[in-house]
Amino acid sequence: MAFSHKTIEKNSILMLVLVLVVVSIGGLVEIVPLFFIKSTIEKVDGMRPYTPLELAGREIYIREGCYNCHSQMVRPLRAEVERYGHYSLAAESMYDHPFQWGSKRTGPDLARVGGKYSDEWHRLHLNKPTDVVPESVMPGYPFLNEPLDYKHMDAFLRANAIVGVPYTDDMIANAVADVEAQADPESEGYDALLERYGDNVNIRDFDGQGKQVTEMDAVIAYLQMLGTLVDFSTYDAKANNR
Amino acid sequence: MGCDGSADMAVKKGLSLPALITMILFAVGTLGGVIVSAGAWDAVMEFHALLFSAFFVGGILWIGSNIMSEPEQGYMDKIVRYGVVASTFWGVVGFLVGFLIAAQLAFPELNFDTSFLNFGRMRPLHTSAVIFAFGGNVLLCTSFYVVQRTCHARLWGGNLAWFVFWGYQFFIVLAATGYLLGVTQGKEYAEPEWYVDLWLTIVWVAYLLVFLGTLIKRKEPHIYVANWFYLGFIVTIAMLHLGNNMAVPVSIYSSQSIILYSGVQDALIQWWYGHNAVGFFLTAGFLAIMYYFIPKAVNRPVYSYRLSIIHFWALIFLYIWAGPHHLHYTALPDWSQTLGMVFSIMLWMPSWGGMINGLMTLSGAWDKLRTDPIVRMLVVSVAFYGMSTFEGPVMSIKAVNSLSHYTDWTVGHVHSGALGWVGFVSFGAIYCLAKWAFGRKQLYSNRLVEWHFWVSTIGIAIYVASMWVAGILQGLMWRAYDSLGFLQYSFAETVEQMHIYYVIRAFGGLLFVIGSFIMAYNIYRTIKGDVREGEEMPDEDVVPVAAE
Repeated sequence: MAFSHKTIEKNSILMLVLVLVVVSIGGLVEIVPLFFIKSTIEKVDGMRPYTPLELAGREIYIREGCYNCHSQMVRPLRAEVERYGHYSLAAESMYDHPFQWGSKRTGPDLARVGGKYSDEWHRLHLNKPTDVVPESVMPGYPFLNEPLDYKHMDAFLRANAIVGVPYTDDMIANAVADVEAQADPESEGYDALLERYGDNVNIRDFDGQGKQVTEMDAVIAYLQMLGTLVDFSTYDAKANNR
Repeated sequence: MGCDGSADMAVKKGLSLPALITMILFAVGTLGGVIVSAGAWDAVMEFHALLFSAFFVGGILWIGSNIMSEPEQGYMDKIVRYGVVASTFWGVVGFLVGFLIAAQLAFPELNFDTSFLNFGRMRPLHTSAVIFAFGGNVLLCTSFYVVQRTCHARLWGGNLAWFVFWGYQFFIVLAATGYLLGVTQGKEYAEPEWYVDLWLTIVWVAYLLVFLGTLIKRKEPHIYVANWFYLGFIVTIAMLHLGNNMAVPVSIYSSQSIILYSGVQDALIQWWYGHNAVGFFLTAGFLAIMYYFIPKAVNRPVYSYRLSIIHFWALIFLYIWAGPHHLHYTALPDWSQTLGMVFSIMLWMPSWGGMINGLMTLSGAWDKLRTDPIVRMLVVSVAFYGMSTFEGPVMSIKAVNSLSHYTDWTVGHVHSGALGWVGFVSFGAIYCLAKWAFGRKQLYSNRLVEWHFWVSTIGIAIYVASMWVAGILQGLMWRAYDSLGFLQYSFAETVEQMHIYYVIRAFGGLLFVIGSFIMAYNIYRTIKGDVREGEEMPDEDVVPVAAE
């Protein structure tokens, strides 16, 4: 019997099933391999999970919708690498739930903004961007000078651990203490924090306003580590060709 | 309307078992909301959990009052009428917020240094308001209208359709207030947090049941082509929504959650979702509108039945693959980017096949373009569809994308599709339904439709042209080198150049907003039953008498 579209047109359940099959194929072919092909994420040295303070800062970055105007993805194009630094690797966002690559650059890319400016520059800039960049169209964020709410940071780390970020029980148990330790260079938790997260952690009074941990502390701690983890002196681009 | 009053179209009064079960579920929900609110970790969860309770209490009262009143017989058209009003309302709100954030980019002082009026929170409010609140309501009410007419059947599931309508409005309120208060998942066009996503899932399943149930009990042997597109849209959006929003809540008392995927996988899943929110929400759904409202409005059959079949299957198959073109030159593996590009270019064909099918439906009725402003709106929307589905494949070519990506060209492209295609086809459908679902012989004023059309069209032209110039300029400045081989412009210098285009764009957007106000007024007067002086249509019953 010759096939006729009438068969589908007269059977709503058949049509429903066929639609599901047809729309599933593309996604299955493109997405599923990314979870299994090993070369999808490069082998690098230096990646570590975010410290609790950085993670809190990242949450604020997401809350304020920074991704609407800032990308975190340096493309391997000459002008871009010269402007922002080494092109971004997949490995660099392997602990990002969700990713923050962005889709628009109303402002510059932030993938490697860490260490480019001083904490004080960031403070001034976030409070009133035009004070340091007269042409800027970025909104001011003076309301970030409020105390950070971090009493549930342990639950936050635990949820990240459930989805695969390698937070240890020790890290989860000390999440609240680590928030305080990172924003206060004179705290007793200094060594324990470095022991948990490695030496590549900035421990400073980021907002310059003393012991109180503010949202400003968290955001600047996050911005100052962006793109600084991977050790590019040991990175072998050829071995990671995809 | 031969089926009005037939046995299965009649509805009885009284408390049914499903209504009773719903009331019990709502009562449990009310209690749950209070408990979560009392233990909430953050202010937003406290607030939203109480909103849930309020919604459920409202639902119980609604069911209670409904038992008393005489139910609507025949087609369920009251819900369509509600949908027309909701669509118009959310449209105006969404466009206004869009104008506001456009103005913020031109004049950043308009952010007022506050958290909740900040661009970063307002932009998701704008996109969700126009896509999900305005577009979603248009799709809901047109699909409910179309599926009943083309199946000759009353909506399946009784008041389940009302649950879909009010549940969807509640979803919008939760999402919108959440954004302004700083609750977001941080994934574009999928910003609502876990509990809002779960709620939408329930509502969406109910929507699928109502739609599919109506298809199943249809009196027509064939399922009409518009319903294929509606069905494709509903099913695929369900798949995308579930796939993209998989997350682990931090706690049931917390408004925050952690997305299941990370980095490169999350990026592709996000744009598989994001691109097909365009493909299925903003395209397939609105193509369904095209396939019903254009033939109806011009009183001609769809141009080609075969083309409809090819259009439908090719479109839904190819669209899904196109997501990676949002991730060109990123850390996504090359093979995936290339696949995305190739399929995006192929997508041009079914898109234009559909456009031709829509336009050629006017064969023999082209004069209506001149005489009927609603038809003109519908047809121009299809022309805009053709334009942006040509531009899209061009931008998906990697070489072009290396220039256009991250710039305002993308914003311009999106708006030629969103304002020109989705906006105009929706306006056309809203005008039609203001007549058909409210039983009005004519609109309050066709002249006002003319005004709406021209003001909006000029607005779109200004918007899109300014963004083309801005985007290409931006892209060129970012890659410009001076004679010594250094980058010529700092980033701040490129921002400075954007100012004038942002001002022009905001003006174009303002014209579009004004157009929507004209429509809202026209719809309001039409619903009231008014006809503008001098625009009364001649009574068709009156036979002209030849002069002696």
